[in-house]
Amino acid sequence: MSAQLPLWVTIPGTVLLIGGGLLTVIGSIGLIRLPSFFARMHGPSLGNTLGAGCVLISSMLTSSALLDRVVLHELVIAACIFINSPVTAMMLMRAAVYRTAARERSENANRSK
Amino acid sequence: MNTVFDGALWFAQLCLVVAMACAAFRLLRGPAAQDRVLALDTLNVNCMLTLLMLGMRSSSTAYFDMALLMALFGFVSSTALAKFLLRGEVIEP
Repeated sequence: MSAQLPLWVTIPGTVLLIGGGLLTVIGSIGLIRLPSFFARMHGPSLGNTLGAGCVLISSMLTSSALLDRVVLHELVIAACIFINSPVTAMMLMRAAVYRTAARERSENANRSK
Repeated sequence: MNTVFDGALWFAQLCLVVAMACAAFRLLRGPAAQDRVLALDTLNVNCMLTLLMLGMRSSSTAYFDMALLMALFGFVSSTALAKFLLRGEVIEP
């Protein structure tokens, strides 16, 4: 870090960075530890959205302090993530429901043969 | 005071490396195809956050553009893969 950050950036930036890192790692550990796909869906989509929000706000504060003006570019990434992540989650969920039902149907057909 | 911020940056990057390792494990191991798509989406978001943190460390604006592109293309790729899993075709006639 080249320039010196003022105090009003350092404290919220640090807290938000630590919180964002912890939330992201908790969400990704849930991806490993949860038992079924429908349970696994929740971990990353909750943890990653909130963690990304924390890191984006911290990045916004830091770049505003470094450039001495208000920098709001990160809001574009935040809007992208907050709109796109639920859409992706819902489409994946529908695909998983369809694929599970199709597999069960084919297994039942094989058994009755 | 900057040492505190630097330490938080290191800690958050370490957390993100662990998160990326978890997602890569699920990507390689996942029993079904939808698990792999979900893991790829998670890996993409984690990589984007890592790029943002590199940008905060080096105070360069190039990392922000890379992160924005990763966010946009990650949505397109995840949606296309989910559509392919659902219908067996990405763009239907």
